Amino acid sequence: MLRYVTLKVGRALFVVWAAFTVTFVLLFVLPANPVDLLFDPAEINSIPAEVRERVAENYGFNKPVILQYLDRLGHALTGDFGNSVQSGRPVVTAITDVLPSTLVLAAAALVLAVLIAFGIALVATATRRPWLRDLVEAWPSGAVSVPVFLSGILMLQIFSFRLGWFPSFGDDGWRSLILPLVTLAVPVAGPIAQLLVRSFRTEFAAGYVTTSWAKGATRSGIIVRDVFRNAALPALTIAGVTFGNLIAGSVITETVFARKGIGRMTQTAINTLDVPLVAGIVVLVAATFALINLIVDLICPVLDPRLRAALTAGAPA
Amino acid sequence: MTTSTDQLLTVGALAVDYRTGRQWTPAVRGVSLTVRAGEFVSLVGESGSGKTTLIQGALGLLPDAARITGGSIAYADVDVTGWNDRKMALVRGNYVGFVPQDPNTSLNPVKRIGTQVLEAVRFNRPRNDATAYREAALESLRTAGLTDAERVFHQYPHELSGGMKQRALIAIALAGQPRIIVADEPTSALDVTVQKRILDHLAGLRERLGIGILLVTHDLGVALERSDRILVMQSGEIVEEGPVAQVLAGATSDYTRRLLDAAPSRHAGRLQPRLPVRPAGPAGGPVLRADGLTRTYRLHGGRQLRALDDAGLIVRPGTTHAIVGESGAGKSTLAGILAGFHRPDTGTVHAGDHEITALGRKQLRDVRRDLQFVFQNPFTSLDPRFTVRRLIEEPLKAFGLPTGDRVGELLRAVALDEAFADRRPGQLSGGQRQRVAIARALALNPRIIVLDEAVSALDVSVQAQILQLLVDLQAERGLSYVFVTHDLGVVRLVADDVTVMKDGRVVETGPVGTVFREPAHDYTRQLLAAVPGAGLTPAGQV
Amino acid sequence: MIARRPFLLLSWLVVLVAVGWAIAPGLFTSFDPLSGDSAASFAPPSAEHWFGTDRLGRDLFARSVHGARTTLTATLLAVLIAFGLGAVVGLAAGFAGGVVDTAIMRVVDVFLAIPSLLLAMVVVSVLGYSTHNIALAVGISSIASFARVMRSQVLTVVNQDYVKAAYGLGVGRFAVMWRHVVPNSLSSVVALAALEVGAGVLAVASLGFLGYGAPPPQPEWGLLVAEGRDYVAVHPWASILPGLALAAVVIATHRISTSFRREAGR
Repeated sequence: MLRYVTLKVGRALFVVWAAFTVTFVLLFVLPANPVDLLFDPAEINSIPAEVRERVAENYGFNKPVILQYLDRLGHALTGDFGNSVQSGRPVVTAITDVLPSTLVLAAAALVLAVLIAFGIALVATATRRPWLRDLVEAWPSGAVSVPVFLSGILMLQIFSFRLGWFPSFGDDGWRSLILPLVTLAVPVAGPIAQLLVRSFRTEFAAGYVTTSWAKGATRSGIIVRDVFRNAALPALTIAGVTFGNLIAGSVITETVFARKGIGRMTQTAINTLDVPLVAGIVVLVAATFALINLIVDLICPVLDPRLRAALTAGAPA
Repeated sequence: MTTSTDQLLTVGALAVDYRTGRQWTPAVRGVSLTVRAGEFVSLVGESGSGKTTLIQGALGLLPDAARITGGSIAYADVDVTGWNDRKMALVRGNYVGFVPQDPNTSLNPVKRIGTQVLEAVRFNRPRNDATAYREAALESLRTAGLTDAERVFHQYPHELSGGMKQRALIAIALAGQPRIIVADEPTSALDVTVQKRILDHLAGLRERLGIGILLVTHDLGVALERSDRILVMQSGEIVEEGPVAQVLAGATSDYTRRLLDAAPSRHAGRLQPRLPVRPAGPAGGPVLRADGLTRTYRLHGGRQLRALDDAGLIVRPGTTHAIVGESGAGKSTLAGILAGFHRPDTGTVHAGDHEITALGRKQLRDVRRDLQFVFQNPFTSLDPRFTVRRLIEEPLKAFGLPTGDRVGELLRAVALDEAFADRRPGQLSGGQRQRVAIARALALNPRIIVLDEAVSALDVSVQAQILQLLVDLQAERGLSYVFVTHDLGVVRLVADDVTVMKDGRVVETGPVGTVFREPAHDYTRQLLAAVPGAGLTPAGQV
Repeated sequence: MIARRPFLLLSWLVVLVAVGWAIAPGLFTSFDPLSGDSAASFAPPSAEHWFGTDRLGRDLFARSVHGARTTLTATLLAVLIAFGLGAVVGLAAGFAGGVVDTAIMRVVDVFLAIPSLLLAMVVVSVLGYSTHNIALAVGISSIASFARVMRSQVLTVVNQDYVKAAYGLGVGRFAVMWRHVVPNSLSSVVALAALEVGAGVLAVASLGFLGYGAPPPQPEWGLLVAEGRDYVAVHPWASILPGLALAAVVIATHRISTSFRREAGR
């Protein structure tokens, strides 16, 4: 068991380190002249060479690559990702400022998405009407096919401009949260629902379900007591994909609804080529991803006795 | 219609259709059967005969793709035809208990055994308190033959052996105190000695509790040995029905007679080739010899499993050497090493003059011309994208040999029409596929063929044909076989020598006649006693 | 067989029309996508202007038709990059096994840890804004998921009896790989590629929407929606109709990829 935990923690740390390294290579090594990235492309030719050199020195670009790398890695380990080029504030402060807003949106959207997905899977499994099953099962692939920016705009058009139920942008109060929340939840729910519909169907045809029928159990009893737990486990395996969808979705949702948050900050940072800020965000996202996968890896044995048995048997005596 | 309460289950002219694409194909065509109190009835049929569909229909457990098109089902004198799930739930468990086919998939993997039995108790008994339920569940586990019921109650399915899981399922079937138990191939996934214990137990339950038992099986031996009455099913119809003695004495249908002839246990001696035997070649030393083979697998976290422990055998030229044993005996590991797929930790294998355990990849390839392998499952051992022609040509091309008319010649050798050459495995039946696999193994004119459970996945009548083919080919080409199987009946049909294995060790080895007549080891005796139908005398057969 | 599934038939029709727009836009519209009559700005949808016109009076249907070329070419390029490199990497990992497999898969893990849209945004910011770079970025960011699917398929196939049988027949290692492993592994990766076409269209359009693609006068589906967004309160069709065209294509590719997957599963 201890070995399993160590292995998984080690792997998570490796992913974060490697993500840092990849980001460093992409943003500081690959560009022919990284200093250029720090200036507005339109003004690049009007900037005196002397200014460039000073900037290069400030950012350490004149040192050998390996030294730059070690220097940045060392600082990153102490939580220092440098200063944002645009605002001049520390990257970490800039991120923590907008993080809560995104967290609220993403967490609420995730909860809603999971509810929608389970609802769809349960209805599709429980119903005896083929047309209803077909209808419900068609929904997830529709949900992942409509681009987030389009569904956001449709929401705005209908519920804000036409009906006037919710404000069209901003981030004050729960009313401004509803539209972005639904916009973000729908595409996140799609893949989870697809997976759940499939695993509910597989499990509903499993041998132990036949045993339960033969015991005298009813359809709803079987779904609740037998199928649910076995079918829900696979949903954990796409936690990573779900997280990626949440991030990608919040970039666009926050842009469409003009909310502040990590997503919109990422877009601005990339538009303005704020390299240290972009690097900080990428590492933060990778670290969150690694953490989520680590939690999933640690939860699975708790939920599945077979996995638990395999691990306890593997423990050094 | 007689509605005596003595009849626990009455199926009248039941017809069930299956949907394939847009069409409905009949799977059960007007089948009638009855089971009375205290009666043991067996329903025998090969795969596709509709026997499982029939009992699914009787229990109201048909999949969505099937529908009942006619007939009636009655429990005691209650007609339940057309009842919905909710009403059937009152009958299932309560009046009829069901024991499913595969114990490994039929228990919920994330719930303790106790919980699963408790549910069955709660659904089917009048309101009661928790202690009484618990006591009833434990009692049910004990009745099913799990003496250590308290411990099993708290265990998960993966912590039990296959036999124990099947007993837990019997406990679940018994928990509602049913009047009749329907068992669908309850032992086909189990080892033969475990099968014997489970069947003994079912038969005992009938006597002790006075319940009726309907056993569905593909194994005529099991049916003849255990039941009062048997029904034989073919293509959705009952072709034979009657008390065991009557069927044994004179089966009325051709199909039943063929099944009887095909059952390995009904033959006393080795199959004879249908062709004149090729004059024996120079009787030299052994074609294949293995000594002191040991193979250890490392499991999770440093534990070890000794799959082979100082095993060895000698294959004489032109003969068949069978390796028998139950699951976990190490026979497949041994076969894999003999064929050069795996390397042993210690020990040697000699094929003729080559020590194949000492050869590199390249040299091993050359030995393959002499040493071929046939797999258990013909559904997975042929690449689904290849045509039969490409499959058979593959070894020839691998060695740069001319193909010429070899494909046609090999297909004729395994009694397949040449028209099969352009089909793909998906268009062939199991028996036809295994013939293609044998033709492919013959392509390089090998001297030795290792067959790993090569007939186990086939129906008994197909199995008989393939065994005859193997015997004929051996006589014609002077082949030597290593024949791995769990079925002692098959050993008697094809083998000259036999090696009995248990837990990775060789228990006993020698000529088949000697070992079967005077087994030197206890385990061999147990195995022989467990063969279904072993007690039945061959009725006027060779 | 297709005729029995009307929705599948419709899906193929949608995809064929979209491809037709990309190959020969002139056949579908006579309007110029780049210049318009500024007097007719924001005309609502009509028999003449099916999708209406934008702020500069350009016909939005014409812009959508011409935009198909930009978006679909970029998607095709992206999927080819992801499919080609992903399949090779996955095959190498699955077939070689051992240390090579572990090393490759740890690297793949890292790329999976960065959400593909974010990775694509970073890549495009390094390469510079253009449709080609979007294609490159989307392609690169999907290599990892293709590699993972290919590897798991290869591992399944490598453990099949027929592969073991081929070795037993004396077939060489590379012949086994080419004749048995590659063809049998590819089928589900091809189904994924069909699915990825839909996801690719979405990713390309999303990056276009965020403004990383072709410079404004050029029509591109994501950009069309972005341009109309500022006027959505008053002239909703300007962004919604091109957006719906885009969604229709993605839904259609999803339906088609599902039918591929069912075929492959058989």
